[in-house]
Amino acid sequence: MATKVNEKITVANAIAKGDLWTRLSAAIMGAGMFGHQQIVKGIMVLACEVAFIFYMIASGISNLALLPSLGTQEQQKVWNEAKQIYEYTAGDNSQQILLYGVVTLFVIAAIILLWILQMKHSYKLQRKMEEGEHIPSFKEDIISLFNGNLHITLMSLPCLGILVFNIVPLVYMISMAFTSYSKEDEKLMLFDWNGLTQFQRVLNLNGNIGKQFWHVLGWTVVWAIFATFLNYILGMILAMVINRKDTKAKGFWRFCFVLSIAVPQFVSLMIMNIMLQPNGAVNVLLRNLGWIGASDSLPFWTNVTWARITIIVINLWVGIPYTLLQITGILQNIPNELYEAARMDGAGPVTIFFKITLPYMLFVTTPYLITSFVGNINNFNVIYLLSGGGPTYVGDTAGQTDLLVTWLYKLTIDQQYYNLGAVIGIITFVILTIITLVTYRNSASYKNEEAFM
Amino acid sequence: MTVMESKRNKRNSRTVAVNVLVHVILAILAVIWVMPIFWIVLTSFRAEPGAYTSTFLPQGYTLNNYVKLFTDRNVLNFPKMFTNTLIIAIVTCIISTFFVLSVAYSLSRMRFKFRKPYMNIAMILGLFPGFMTMVAQYFILKSMGLTEGSAIRFGLIIVYSACTGLGFQIAKGYFDTIPRSIDEAAVIDGATQWQVFTQITMPLAKPIVIYTILTSFIAPWVDFIFAKVLCRANADQYTVAIGLWNMLQKEYIYQWYTCFAAGAVVISIPIACLFLYLQRFYVEGMSGAVKG
Repeated sequence: MATKVNEKITVANAIAKGDLWTRLSAAIMGAGMFGHQQIVKGIMVLACEVAFIFYMIASGISNLALLPSLGTQEQQKVWNEAKQIYEYTAGDNSQQILLYGVVTLFVIAAIILLWILQMKHSYKLQRKMEEGEHIPSFKEDIISLFNGNLHITLMSLPCLGILVFNIVPLVYMISMAFTSYSKEDEKLMLFDWNGLTQFQRVLNLNGNIGKQFWHVLGWTVVWAIFATFLNYILGMILAMVINRKDTKAKGFWRFCFVLSIAVPQFVSLMIMNIMLQPNGAVNVLLRNLGWIGASDSLPFWTNVTWARITIIVINLWVGIPYTLLQITGILQNIPNELYEAARMDGAGPVTIFFKITLPYMLFVTTPYLITSFVGNINNFNVIYLLSGGGPTYVGDTAGQTDLLVTWLYKLTIDQQYYNLGAVIGIITFVILTIITLVTYRNSASYKNEEAFM
Repeated sequence: MTVMESKRNKRNSRTVAVNVLVHVILAILAVIWVMPIFWIVLTSFRAEPGAYTSTFLPQGYTLNNYVKLFTDRNVLNFPKMFTNTLIIAIVTCIISTFFVLSVAYSLSRMRFKFRKPYMNIAMILGLFPGFMTMVAQYFILKSMGLTEGSAIRFGLIIVYSACTGLGFQIAKGYFDTIPRSIDEAAVIDGATQWQVFTQITMPLAKPIVIYTILTSFIAPWVDFIFAKVLCRANADQYTVAIGLWNMLQKEYIYQWYTCFAAGAVVISIPIACLFLYLQRFYVEGMSGAVKG
């Protein structure tokens, strides 16, 4: 019965075939519930509409009206005769206008959604009454929030949090990419829409910013590939060596490696940073051992190539234990028969690794590899705390070891080039989406789910 | 000696050689991995002042670095930072544990229209660089008036806990492994979904509940970048992570270098203990999630 009613519940049907109450709720939200025995719910929905109208009159409409121009009134210095001083008149604050505009758009979207829902609900109630079905009372609705509709109770607050502090900020930042909001040309207070200008600037190989972008992008990709696959392969080899039948004190070795990730990452990275300074512990140790001259130091952070290799190596120090931890269990799940069969055919350890272990692991852990690749492209901590993106050439905003994320951070927080930062963020997202989709679609575990079963 | 025996001896000596080699390599690697930790612990007891010294190991040992860390309130007020972080961590922990478990339970046990879209949206949001939202979050908090004075604390709590509903994967993976027949039996006996959630699933999922509580408690201790953006120059709102970072900046490093080491040790010990305790849940969650 219920499904039969559900099939025809659409807004169009509600308007075409609705009774007076249902049609009335197109203008007065909640009327349909009011007229169909759900008075409390109807009042609540109506209250939402009233609140919305008040909001729109109070600030919503003016927010929207300012959105296309992002404000026109510049901040001005005015001579105050009476006080004999210069006073600043408050100009339009474009950043605020943009934020409020975006929020208002979200409020409007929410009320439209509510409108659709209540239209459908009114029509459903009407149909139920016509069919003589039971209409749940308000008390029954509340009870169902803790039973059949528990997900609504549990998920509404987390969803609200995500909406307000993740989705709204994202939309806001994305819209910034199409403006002139930047410290360049003093556009911090009052700025304008300027379309795709910033995208052109970033992608243009001949400009200064464009050159830096392609440079940073190249290093980001190289870094992510090294960081992901070196960690993965070396971690796997280490796990296998520890798991060997003849290795003694397995627990002890595992403990030694896991200890290094038990220390909070930002602490261990800062420790690494100071140990590798020109006068840091490592250089001191090398001097005392006589491997380098008494006043020499290895240029861990000052030479580009050194800095890049150092970062990758330290990331191994950070990352290998994680791999060890994550794949030990999976390694033990590889069916023993596979190994025995291979040994019978006379395969050596290297062949077994490349023909059995690696394909099996790749099959099982592709999702993990994708996640860690994405994590490495967005790996802020390692770069920022180790090298700070340096060494940096004069005139550049990006250092030689900066990733897209750390550059994004520098552009927005340090330089206040908000629009450029937003463009970099969007491009990073697009690259990651493409990589994720392509690798996931082509991965064995997606194409052939039962290859190893 | 027969030919057979000499062959076996040869093979035995070869395995012994391989075994020795493996253990030597493991030992070298273990030293490399543990050395920085060992060095920072020693440095935290170093008696000589200053940042960089000419010897790898300290010449004298003292407890003063720890004493200074917890008593010197004038320049970098570490005790204050410690209480700040503790308060933020406790509140964040309560909110985000509730969020994570609620979302994970709903996605694992309930079936509703928004379920698949929610999981897809969560995946897409995870592809954006975290800092993109950070700047905008700052502006939103600013328009709410949460970026000045002691309101910063609320701002940090909101930021740390608001989006935790996106990190449901490990808990959901664990809930998925609990047989549904248990729920169904309870429902037949007249339990509501709420009762199933609180009285059946939660006790059964104790390991993952503990895991969620502890990881969300640790988060504010180890985040430093958002705290830095939000606190800016409000020194009395600093969290431990910013404090430690500041100790290594040019203006403080000479005076505070050994205290940094002491602070690093103080913060790391509890977190390391929690981590070592939690790693098995982490491993279980990982292999569970992969098995899908």
